[in-house]
Amino acid sequence: MSDYATIGVFLLLTMAFPIAAMAASWMFRPKPKSSEDKMLPYECGVDTKGKTWIRFRVSYFLYALVFLAFDVGVVFLFPWAAKFKFLGIYAFAAMLIFISLLLIGLWYAWKEGALEWY
Amino acid sequence: MEHWFTDIAQALVNWLMGLGLSAGWADFVLLIVQWLCIVMIVTINVIILIWLERKVSGFIQLRLGPNRLGPYGAFQTIADAIKLLTKEDIIPSRTDKWIFMTAPLFFIVVSVMLYAVIPMGDGMQVVDFNVGLLYFISIGSLSTICLLMAGWGSNNKWSMLGAMRAVAQMISYEIPLAISLLGVVMIAGSLRLSDIVVAQGNIWFVLLQPIAFITYFIAATAELNRGPFDMPEAEQELTAGAYTEYTGMRWALFFLAEYTNLVAVSALCATMFFGGWQGPGLPSWLWIIIKTYLIMLVFMWMKWTFPRIRMDHLMSFSWKILLPVSLANLVLTGFGLEFFKWMGWW
Repeated sequence: MSDYATIGVFLLLTMAFPIAAMAASWMFRPKPKSSEDKMLPYECGVDTKGKTWIRFRVSYFLYALVFLAFDVGVVFLFPWAAKFKFLGIYAFAAMLIFISLLLIGLWYAWKEGALEWY
Repeated sequence: MEHWFTDIAQALVNWLMGLGLSAGWADFVLLIVQWLCIVMIVTINVIILIWLERKVSGFIQLRLGPNRLGPYGAFQTIADAIKLLTKEDIIPSRTDKWIFMTAPLFFIVVSVMLYAVIPMGDGMQVVDFNVGLLYFISIGSLSTICLLMAGWGSNNKWSMLGAMRAVAQMISYEIPLAISLLGVVMIAGSLRLSDIVVAQGNIWFVLLQPIAFITYFIAATAELNRGPFDMPEAEQELTAGAYTEYTGMRWALFFLAEYTNLVAVSALCATMFFGGWQGPGLPSWLWIIIKTYLIMLVFMWMKWTFPRIRMDHLMSFSWKILLPVSLANLVLTGFGLEFFKWMGWW
């Protein structure tokens, strides 16, 4: 089998593991009747107030944007690093320019306050 | 000793092919056996680790830790597992049912998938992937989504806050983690984990890449939501973070997945920086176990020694210190290797 097919079969097999665990627990666990109070969310014994599914603070979104930019950048670095030995000085210079572009992006995000947690 | 497990695997394949199975089907049966072994490794490791963690924390805090069941309390985790197995499975009424129910299942699948590429000895890998490291990092980062599913699906304010913190922290520390490993990749010249192990025949990469090792270690602690970086499930303020609403087996699966991730990340650390399964005298599979357990003990030592870090410090530490340092390490490694090439030493 090719590597990818092996990974695929491995994934299918692995999915059986939690299902088997849940089945085992289903056999042994008690199944009492539930009451309405029991099924409320746990918030230290006080009835929950207000909505939970709200719009969250913007700083999380800014971090996510910066993360996305860097993560895509890092993916480009992988093949370069793996073949560094054979690429020569030109590829190294090109990658230095790329890394400095990333750093300018980091500097800009920093300057604009996207990295401030408030 | 050295080739016990590879010999057993080879004998199994030969025996199956002697029965008239084609090579593909024999491989398939071997894969099932390997998978069963990995599931056993995962479960046994977690049972040992939870006991060890409680013992180590007891030792550090001048307590005894578990000491009732069996010698030195060794059967405590088994008793806990039986208790969790027989606990009720409560699904609160206001949850997003499918997301809530499937989050722990996805989490454990993701963490067991990591073991597909870890070299657990000479030639003992399920898949010797040519992009093994990239696979490890990308599959490892999927656990972020599982935590977000758990937190969002629970419809509980503690869970929501915990999940949001976890996501913010994990995506921030993922970038230094990946970049620090790139320095090792540059020296080894391959993303295949077995090649990286072989490349450390003469010298461990922790000596060639000390900055990368420190960056990786800190980022990995944060990725695991452990130690001083456990803001996502800070017990004193968020009850249990994203796991607040979970009971019984689903909660146990989360716990299992957390410790499974810990073992996987420590094994990757041993593979990338400490020569993997290479070592004198003992068989290769014993060496990786010894190294992995030593690294995990350091993780536990850190967890019970340092106080928890504040959220804003945690985020700015990743973006303003770790990321520039790991990029500088990458550039430094590049210059060093170019110099070595120019001198004709490499």
